[in-house]
Amino acid sequence: MSEFFAMGGYAVYVWPSFLLALIVLVANVVAPMRQRRRVLTDIARKHRRARKQQR
Amino acid sequence: MIIRFFHQMGSPRYFYKVAGKLIPWFMTGFLITLVWGLYNGLFIAPPDYQQGESYRIMYIHVPAAWMSMFIYVVMAVSGLISLVWRIKMTEIIVISSATVGASFTFLALATGSLWGKPMWGTWWVWDARLTSELLLLFLYLGIIALHSAIEDKRVAARAVSILALVGVVNIPIIHYSVEWWNTLHQPASITKFDKPSMDMSMLIPLLTMAISFKLYYGAVVLMRARAEIIERERNSRWVQEMVEEEAK
Repeated sequence: MSEFFAMGGYAVYVWPSFLLALIVLVANVVAPMRQRRRVLTDIARKHRRARKQQR
Repeated sequence: MIIRFFHQMGSPRYFYKVAGKLIPWFMTGFLITLVWGLYNGLFIAPPDYQQGESYRIMYIHVPAAWMSMFIYVVMAVSGLISLVWRIKMTEIIVISSATVGASFTFLALATGSLWGKPMWGTWWVWDARLTSELLLLFLYLGIIALHSAIEDKRVAARAVSILALVGVVNIPIIHYSVEWWNTLHQPASITKFDKPSMDMSMLIPLLTMAISFKLYYGAVVLMRARAEIIERERNSRWVQEMVEEEAK
């Protein structure tokens, strides 16, 4: 197993590549989820305010 | 029926609904191919006879580089359709693709650098392939900046579509750079016409990773598009009703 992680001496080049890929892949999924959530809560807040003014 | 389908997909409301159903399928496909591709690429495929284990960076680098160009072409085509027919949904596809496209371009450049250091002895050279790929990153960043600089979203979409279309000349330059110029970067190992100069045990995981990244893009661009849709259509009746529904 430690042989696998050593990557024939190239571990310092191979693993950062895969780590960067992981970061990029996760970030691009999280960002649109947060964007959608933000818009939805924003609209909902305006709704509540509008309803309060009606009363 | 097909015409009706495209007509409906042009409507943000319908697109939002269909995209919501498609995303889980794309995500599942992406995760399955990713695990399979990584397992075969990292554990099963043998080390390269010249590069040893370092060549495994290829399983990220090459699919990421392919995606950087593929996404740009999708953007340019959507941009053209937006300019000619003024379809809202293709405008949204253009801008929804920009961030993920820039990410893959960055990934291709960064992993290329990490691969270049042990193999070429340098992180970076100004050869044609690397320089034109860097230019692609700047094009993506330019598109993102231009879009956020213009307040009116429809005007922004038009400006961005034009920039995407003009920048598409860079794509053949990137593709042929390794043939037109004497570059440090190696020529393509996989072409449509020749037998690939790579063993099947390495090629299959590579192609699996390429499919995986494509499915990933499918999922992410739809997620982005959905977020963009509700942002633009926030005052429309159906978005309001949807928020009401969720509040209950």
